[in-house]
Amino acid sequence: MCLSVPGKLLEKVDVSGVLAGKVQFGGVVRDVCLDLLPEAEVGEYVLVHVGYAITRVDEDEARKSYEYMQMAGMLEGELTAFPGDGPAPAIDGVTRSPDFVLPASNDGEPS
Amino acid sequence: MRYLDEYRDERLFRSQLARLTQIATRPWVLMEVCGGQTHTLVRYGIDELLPAGMEMVHGPGCPVCVTPVEIIDKAIALARRPNTILVSYGDMMRVPGSESDLLHVKALGGDVRMVYSPTESVKIALENPACEVVFFGVGFETTAPANAMVAWQARRQGIRNLSLLSSHVLVPPAVEMLLSSPHNRVQGLIAPGHVCSIMGTGAYEELAAKYKVPIVIGGFEPVDLMEAIVMLTAQLEEGRCDMENQYRRSVREAGNQRAREMLFEVYEVCDRKWRGLGEVAVSGLQLSAAYREFDAELRFGLEDISVAEPKECISAMILQGLAKPKQCGAFGTRCTPESPLGAPMVSSEGACAAYYLYRRHNGEMSEDECVPSGEGA
Repeated sequence: MCLSVPGKLLEKVDVSGVLAGKVQFGGVVRDVCLDLLPEAEVGEYVLVHVGYAITRVDEDEARKSYEYMQMAGMLEGELTAFPGDGPAPAIDGVTRSPDFVLPASNDGEPS
Repeated sequence: MRYLDEYRDERLFRSQLARLTQIATRPWVLMEVCGGQTHTLVRYGIDELLPAGMEMVHGPGCPVCVTPVEIIDKAIALARRPNTILVSYGDMMRVPGSESDLLHVKALGGDVRMVYSPTESVKIALENPACEVVFFGVGFETTAPANAMVAWQARRQGIRNLSLLSSHVLVPPAVEMLLSSPHNRVQGLIAPGHVCSIMGTGAYEELAAKYKVPIVIGGFEPVDLMEAIVMLTAQLEEGRCDMENQYRRSVREAGNQRAREMLFEVYEVCDRKWRGLGEVAVSGLQLSAAYREFDAELRFGLEDISVAEPKECISAMILQGLAKPKQCGAFGTRCTPESPLGAPMVSSEGACAAYYLYRRHNGEMSEDECVPSGEGA
C-alpha cells in the first residue's frame, strides 16, 4: 500500500483550483495531483503514491549515497572481485554482470 | 538517474553484502516494518543471503493485513446497499470478511469500483448524484493525506452524496507495542521510508532512544535494504542505538509538512484495533469533528458490526514477527491467494502472499516446526 514510484515531473497545470502535473514513469506519462507537494518543480523527480506526489527525490543525496556505497565497496576490494569486471558502473549507464537476472519490475504500476 | 536501476545494481548489492559478512559477528535479529520492504526481501531472497544466524523478522506494516475483519464486513454491508457505490483500492477487493469479500459482492450485483487514486471517488460522486458514494480508505501515514483529500474536497465543494469508511493506522505506536512485548526478539529495526517521507524522522529518533534499539529508515530497492541492514549491523556491533536515515534521497527530517497539515485537518488520533495485534492505544486516525458528517459508519449506522477472526489463521503471530508464513499448517493448502484465510495471504504486501509467490516450493516445513492452528486467534 505504501508503494510509491519515482517519476519525472514534465509540466504543472492548474485544473480548476487543483494543482496537477504530468509525470513520466519510464515510458508512461500519468496525471498526478500536486496538492500535497506544490513546491515540486518541472524537471525534478517526485515519488508518486496513489496518484499524489508525496516527496521530492533529492538528486544530490541520491548521487552522494550511491557514490559512497561504491567507494565503500571499492575500499574493501569487492567491486573488482567479480569476473569480467571493468570500472565501477557509471550512474547513468548501470551495467550488470550477465549472470544476474532481476525479475521484471512493475514500475509505474502502483497497487 | 532514474532512482530505480541504480538501487537494483547487482555489484553494488554484493559489495554491501560482503561488507555485512565482514562486520557481522553475531546472529542479529532485525525487523523490516513495511510490507513493501518484506516483499523486496523475499522477492530477491535477500533474507536468505545474510550471514549465518542473522534473521529478518517481518513486521506489521501491511495496512490491508491489519484492517480488522469488522471493517471489511462494514464495507461489504455498504456494497450490498441499493443505490450505493463502494469505491476502494484493488488490494481491498479480495480481503476476506467474516462471510464474503467485496469481489464476491460485486459478482452478485453490488456496485463496487476499484480505483488507483482516491480522487476518482470525488469524480464518481459528482457523476452519480442519485447514489451514495462511499470511499473505503485504508493505509498508513503515507496514504492518509491522499485519502484525507477526499473529505476535504467533499466539504469544500459541498458534495453531499460522498462519505468515507476509513481504517487508518499509525506505525510508531504499533512498533512501540512490539518492542515493549516480553516476546520481543527484534534487536534492530528498518523503519518505513515512505511513511517517514510524510511524517519525518522525529518519532523514530524517540523510539530508538526509549527502547535502546538502533533504527534505520530504509528504502525499498534491494541495494537500499542491504545498506540499511549493514547500517543496523554496524550499530549493533559498535553498541550504538541511534536513528539513522538510509533513504536520504526521499526522506527529510521534517517530512512533508503540507501533507501532515492536510492529514490533521481532516483526521484526529484515536485508539484503533489492528487485525492480529488487537487494540493499540493512539494508533489510528478518525475523522475530526469538522468532518464527521462524512463518516460512513455514522451516516449508515454501522457502528455495531463486530466479528471474530477465523480460528485457523495464525496472522496474529505472523504480524508480530513471532512466526513465519511456512510455519502455518494451512499455508499453501487451505490458505492460498485464491482462497485466503487471512489478509496476509491476500495483500500484495502481505508476508504470506510473498512467501507463496516466491518460495512455496523451497523446502517443506516438518510437522514439529509448524505452529498449531488457532494460536493466532
